Order: sequence, then C-alpha cells, then structure tokens
Amino acid sequence: MALALGIEGSANKVGVGIVREDGTILSNPRHTYITPPGQGFLPRETAIHHQEHIVGLVQQALKEAGVLPADISCIAYTKGPGMGGPLVTCAVVARMLALLWKVPIIGVNHCVGHIEMGRIVTGAKDPVVLYVSGGNTQVIAYSERRYRIFGETIDIAVGNCLDRFARVLNLSNDPSPGYNIEQLAKEGERLIEMPYAVKGMDVSFSGLLSFIEGAAAELLEKGEATPADLCFSLQETVFAMLVEITERAMAHCNAPDVLIVGGVGCNLRLQEMMAIMVSERGGRLYSTDDRYCIDNGAMIAWPGMLAFKQGQITELEDSTCTQRFRTDEVEVTWRE
Amino acid sequence: MVCENGEGASTSKNIFDDPIINLQTCQLLSQGAEAKIWEGVYLGRPTIVKQRFRKKYRHSTLDNKLTLSRLKQEVRSIVRARKLGVPTPVLYFVEHEASTIYMELVQGCSVKAALLEGKLSDQERHALLREIGRVVALLHDGGMVHGDLTTSNMLLKGDSSLVLIDFGLSSNTTLPEDKAVDLYVLERAFASAHAASGNLFDDILASYRQHSRLWCPTLNKFAEVRMRGRKRTMVG
Repeated sequence: MALALGIEGSANKVGVGIVREDGTILSNPRHTYITPPGQGFLPRETAIHHQEHIVGLVQQALKEAGVLPADISCIAYTKGPGMGGPLVTCAVVARMLALLWKVPIIGVNHCVGHIEMGRIVTGAKDPVVLYVSGGNTQVIAYSERRYRIFGETIDIAVGNCLDRFARVLNLSNDPSPGYNIEQLAKEGERLIEMPYAVKGMDVSFSGLLSFIEGAAAELLEKGEATPADLCFSLQETVFAMLVEITERAMAHCNAPDVLIVGGVGCNLRLQEMMAIMVSERGGRLYSTDDRYCIDNGAMIAWPGMLAFKQGQITELEDSTCTQRFRTDEVEVTWRE
Repeated sequence: MVCENGEGASTSKNIFDDPIINLQTCQLLSQGAEAKIWEGVYLGRPTIVKQRFRKKYRHSTLDNKLTLSRLKQEVRSIVRARKLGVPTPVLYFVEHEASTIYMELVQGCSVKAALLEGKLSDQERHALLREIGRVVALLHDGGMVHGDLTTSNMLLKGDSSLVLIDFGLSSNTTLPEDKAVDLYVLERAFASAHAASGNLFDDILASYRQHSRLWCPTLNKFAEVRMRGRKRTMVG
C-alpha cells in the first residue's frame, strides 16, 4: 500500500509523520521549541530550531515505521498558513526529499490537515468543526467541496490570547502555556467578570486580552483574585464564547455532531463544556488528545495521501509556501 | 434547526419557574442555539413562546448575566424596531423570571428555507433580496443593528412580506463600524448557506445602498471589514 511522509512546521512544533493509504499512522515523532517563561517564540529562532531537528525526525520516522525511503510514495508538506521562516524550512526539506527519492510532492493546507486528521482518528463523518489553536479560531462545516468558515475570530486566535495571558502570569511554556493555565484553573474559585464578545457567529478576543493584561496586576495586588482565579475566569469566558458560536453554527446548518481540533482542543475543560452542549442537542462530540490535536507530521501526511489518490500533486516549481492560506481556498476533491 | 423531542418540555419545566402558559400544553416547534420556540395560545391569539434555556456548559454567574441582558435587549429592540417601521412580531408579554417572551405567531417560512427550496421565481427572489436590503437599511438608519443577521432569522410571510426575528444580539448604535459588521455577518451567512445560488448578496447590497441615507460611511467601512478576515491572500 502507498505511504505518505508528511512534514509539519508552521509554528513552534516540527514533526514528521508516515501514514498508510488506509489511514494507519506508522510513526509520528515531533519536537517542540520551548521558550523561557514570559516569552513567545519568534520566527527566526523557531526556524533555526526546526533546521536543527528536522533531518533527525525524518530518520526517526522512517525507523519507527520500519520502512525505507523507497517505500514512500509521496511527500506532503505544510504550504500554509503559518510563520514564514519555519514554513520555508520544512518546504526546503520536502523538496529535497522529493527530488532525492524521486516521488511527487504535495502542498497541504494546515487547517485542512487538522480537520482530516480529526476525522480519520475519531471516525466523525460530517461534523461541525471547531478549530482552535495558537494561530487559528474557526467554526467550519463542509459544503459543496469546501470546508466553509461559518464563524471565526475577527482579531487574535484563542490560543494566542491564552499564551499571552500566560506571559502576564509568567507561567512556564513547558509543555505549553495553555496546559499550565488549564492545570492552574482547576484551583480557581471566583469568576471575575470579563468582556464577552460574540458577534453573530464570530468572536473577538483582543478586548478581553487588553482587559486582563491591564487588570491582572491590580486584582492580584489587592488580593481580589488569585492567579488561579484569573486562569479559571479566562477559561470559563473564552470557552463559553467558543461553545456558543459552535452551537450557532450547528443550529444554522442543522448538524448534530461536533469535532474539536487544534492545540487548544486538548483542553479538557473545553471538551467538557462542548460535550454538555452537544449532548443537549442530541449529538456526539468527537475530540482527540494531544498526540493529534497538537501540530504533527501525520496530519499533513494524511491529507497529502488523500490528494495523491485523487492525482492532485504539486509541481516542483509551485511547491512554495504562504503565510496566508484560508481553509476555504482548498478544493476538497476527496469528499462527496 | 428543528429538533423535536418530547423531553424538551419536561426538562425546561424543571429548570425554570412555571411560565404563564404551561409549556407542556404547547407544541415545541424548534430548538435554536439559545432558545426553545413553542407554539401556543395566549389570550385567544396564536402565540410564539420563546424561552431562553439555561446553558449548563456556562458558569452560572456568566449564564445568568448573558441570558438576562439578551432577553432585555431583545424585548427593547423588538419594540424599537417596530417603531422604526421594521416588520417584527408583535410583543405580547415578557416574563423575566422564566426568561420567556410571548409574541405574535408569524405564519410563514424562513427565508433560508424559501431560498433553498428554490420555489421562488427569479423575479420573486429578486424582490425578496431587495426587501432584505431595504429593511436592514431602515433598521440601521434608525440607530440599531441586529447582531445576528442570517437567513434563518428572517421569515417570509404568505403575502411575501418579510419579518425580522431574534433580536437577542442586537444593539443600539450609530457607528458605521457596527453596521458594517452587521452586513458582514449577513454576507457570510449567504456565503455559507447559499453558496450554490450565486451572488445573492449583491442584490441586497444594491438595495441597501439605495434605501439607506447613510450608506456611504457604512459601505466604506464594510469594504474595510471584509478585508479583515484572517489569513486572506493579499498582495503587497
């Protein structure tokens, strides 16, 4: 059976995955660039991190899968969206491998990668997708050969809001700022009132972030809130907004099931809130854990394989990458 | 949108105080994203009963605040919109305690259904789209935005007149920004639900431009808002 090797590195994770034609993941190693507390990751340093690890990850992926380069049928890489430097790093490696191994190359949209990975891992047929990560916040449903965006953030992504709040509290970025907020939030008790911005099926987080960045120091100093209370309140507020717009999209498209993908999607509180909403509507929630929610190589390899089977390959001279690449720009040829 | 089940009636009765009309004697018509819609009779008139249900996923403090503010806003906006001449259902009664609104039952179907079924002739469809543009312009010129303009929130009556419903996210504003976002939400609703029918939204926009006194600043802002969606392909 055909094998696809996928390379992902659009943000601070670099990963290589090998996936078989039937959707079986043979290997999926990745490495995360972790910055000191209080700092985010910058494109240049992130690209250097990826350059240092990517070849080792390709070797590791082949070894863990127990396959040889000659067994690989195609190379898939992230075309976008993401950070320029890291994307270029992975694209260069993908091109090199494609030439070296004489196999076709396929550019994959990162968001579509998350959706297709979520679908194959959970078995969800036609869910409303909530895609939440550090760079993206979208409510998506499939219609007429496109993953259409019903609602999205009109400013910053929810993961970005959480990450930047973690810097205010100087929380560790290991394994991820969001994970540490989630753990601390479990001890929170008081709900601090925060701006709640839902506009139709869209959300906005920038006002909320400005509010909490400004108010946090004073609330903590006066003893009106603990760091745990702030994490708790932030999570309750932003997740309520996300569940609300997801429900609006479900009501609008008359769809019962939800799939959560993206890095923020492994937050158990978000999954819990979504599960309550979905069960009230008589549907099912499909979610995955950190192996698949967080960026990885297999999520690029799998849509690459789907496109490959449809004969959709990218010419070498077109194997560029782009920081701006919307989910709904991709024609989904592999679904009815 | 329609999710008919007998359970809805009994669960919501446990959560809320008894509304004036016993909801169990009414018929559950549909469950939207944040309210259940029932059909019944109030003072001898056919009535829609809209009950905002508790969102169990939301922290109760946050939920109470949002439910109450949206109920109030919806009631105020229905009254205000009618004064402006925007067709809305007639408001009969409001029960704050039970988060329930009683209003006129409008006979008709949603614009979404009408467009998707494709029973409208080209002429009728054109007239409907122009009417949407006119009504939204009227609302905006009166200093209001709807906040959730979708084809599910517009009803088409038997005499082909249009009625706007669901004012829960509406607000009073005269800012071009807010009006532009209102139009943007509508455009996206068309792009997602009626993508197969072509550029229906262009007709709405043309009619809006013709009917709104303040179209210029709003549509300039609208062009800006359209550019805002994240990760769009841009040149330069």
